[in-house]
Amino acid sequence: MARYLLTRAWQSALTLLLSTIVVFVGVRALPGDPALALAGEDRSPEALEAIRRHYGLDQPLPVQFAQYVERMAQGDFGVSIRTGTPVSSMLTTALPVTVELSVLAILIAAALGVGAGVLAAVRRGRPAEWLANGLALIGLSVPHFWLGLLAILYLSVATGLFPASGFVPILEDPVDNLHHIVLPAVILGTGLAAIIMRQTRSAMLDSLSSDYVRTAKAKGLRPRAVITRHALRNSLIVVVTVVGLQLGGLISGAVVTEQIFGLPGFGKMTIDAVFQRDYPVIQAVVLLTAAAYIVINFFVDLLYSVIDPRIRVTGDPA
Amino acid sequence: MTTASAPVLEIRDLSVSFPTETGTVSAVDGVSLDLAAGEIVGMVGESGCGKSVTAMSIAGLLPGSARVTGSVRLDGTQLVGARESALRRVRGREIAYIFQEPMTSLNPVLTVGRQIGEVLQVHERMSRRAARARAVELLTLVGIPSAAQRVDGYPHQLSGGMRQRVMIAMAVACGPKVLVADEPTTALDVTVQAGILHVLRDLRDRLGTSVLIITHDLGVIADIADRVVVMYAGRVVEQAPVDDLFAHPRHRYTAGLLSASPQPGRHAGTDRLTEIPGLVPVLASQPDACTFADRCPAADERCRTAAPPLEGIGGADHVAACWYPCTTAPTAAQEANR
Repeated sequence: MARYLLTRAWQSALTLLLSTIVVFVGVRALPGDPALALAGEDRSPEALEAIRRHYGLDQPLPVQFAQYVERMAQGDFGVSIRTGTPVSSMLTTALPVTVELSVLAILIAAALGVGAGVLAAVRRGRPAEWLANGLALIGLSVPHFWLGLLAILYLSVATGLFPASGFVPILEDPVDNLHHIVLPAVILGTGLAAIIMRQTRSAMLDSLSSDYVRTAKAKGLRPRAVITRHALRNSLIVVVTVVGLQLGGLISGAVVTEQIFGLPGFGKMTIDAVFQRDYPVIQAVVLLTAAAYIVINFFVDLLYSVIDPRIRVTGDPA
Repeated sequence: MTTASAPVLEIRDLSVSFPTETGTVSAVDGVSLDLAAGEIVGMVGESGCGKSVTAMSIAGLLPGSARVTGSVRLDGTQLVGARESALRRVRGREIAYIFQEPMTSLNPVLTVGRQIGEVLQVHERMSRRAARARAVELLTLVGIPSAAQRVDGYPHQLSGGMRQRVMIAMAVACGPKVLVADEPTTALDVTVQAGILHVLRDLRDRLGTSVLIITHDLGVIADIADRVVVMYAGRVVEQAPVDDLFAHPRHRYTAGLLSASPQPGRHAGTDRLTEIPGLVPVLASQPDACTFADRCPAADERCRTAAPPLEGIGGADHVAACWYPCTTAPTAAQEANR
């Protein structure tokens, strides 16, 4: 197991280094000149030159990259070209918002998706299944930026049930924080919930008609034990795979959702940075996203081996 | 064995049908049989003759769409039409099952000990720890070496034969009165098969469990059964003590089945085994005919217009449903008809 972990960790580190290069080169391949964006009204060659020198943009790319990696290793992501604040301090305010939004969205999606999927499989051919299938179809087909706008229109503007935008840090006022974040999280979670529901349903249908479920019934177990301990436990392997694959989509979904609900998160920070050619911020954001993706995949792999003993790499002879 | 004592399991006129798009399909048609305490009864027949459906219907394990009529009494308690909660108390505790595929019948993500312990936790209200300890004893009982280590292993770490032993350990965990073994050896090598049959016989001797063993393998029947029930197209066509059946099959189908099985000496000099012509008929109720008539060498008009009753032939414990039962030795009878 230790060996497996070490190999996976090494692979992850390599992937991270590669993504650093891709991000660095990619950002500089974007059309547009950051100095021009920063200069504002005063676009004299001297002013532009001064800006370039100040931010190290006049150096050759390899030098810029080496400086970048060196500083990053020290936890210094540079200073935002636009605001002049350190990127790391921008991240410490923006990151918790996005993490909270994503975690909440995954929890909601998993609860709704697994619950509805199990229900649809157990109540096959009955109204409960039709309802679950119908809702899943809607969840999959409706783009969530539109769903978000509808939610703001009807649940915030018309009825005032939820605030239309804004954010309160969780440490300041947990209740108000939840009040602000729950609607965006539900909206962000709907698409994922629909995908999880469909996968859970088909995996459960497979398990429920399997021989080991027949054995479980023949043992005299209650339906609840048969469904959760035997059928669902086996179906979760599929569900975890799907959730792992969908996390990338979730991150990009978070960008859009934050924009709609005006949440001061990672997504909003990214969009602002891209529009302003704020290289240091873009680099930090994309790199962190890549890192998050790598780390999540690492944990999904670990989770597999917890759920399914057949993929456990314990070195135990089969 | 002790056929004189009151039967533990008493099946009377059991019929099972399934509604389909093209109409009702009758899978089991008026099956009656008794299982005495400590008796091993073999149920034999071709694929699709209703053996497994009969077995599953005993403890109400068929899907909800199945229509089951007749009577199944366990020590006098009616099981057909019983409440689901009552059936759950019977399943695993009084009637236990062993299935054909040990590869897929065990849950791949739970330890062997957990799967055995589960039965004890549900029916005997044992704690998880006590159930695990008992599981080790049960694994030893069914002949699994180093049971104390195996108990925490997973099914994929065991061979097919070992997995089937785990199934048996699970089945006998609560000391059931009846053990229903549906093709328990079919998926296994012959040498492993002998081991499994030995375990079953040993358990019967030690625990006094009655066993209903379902198979299409006459060798298994000859090896283990006290009495044989022959099924054909959803009906019982012959029932007899094992030696009597092999020596003097009365029903034409049984005779055909026996001569279709390789037996040392009997087929010396001939290239082929004798086969029964035709196929098992589609399972639809044929109340006014012998279901075997179309494949039977001795069939005439009577067989196609009236179903023969299951009657005592050559002794009360040997019954067959045939208008023209065999009277001579099987091969001679078969050959005379060809």
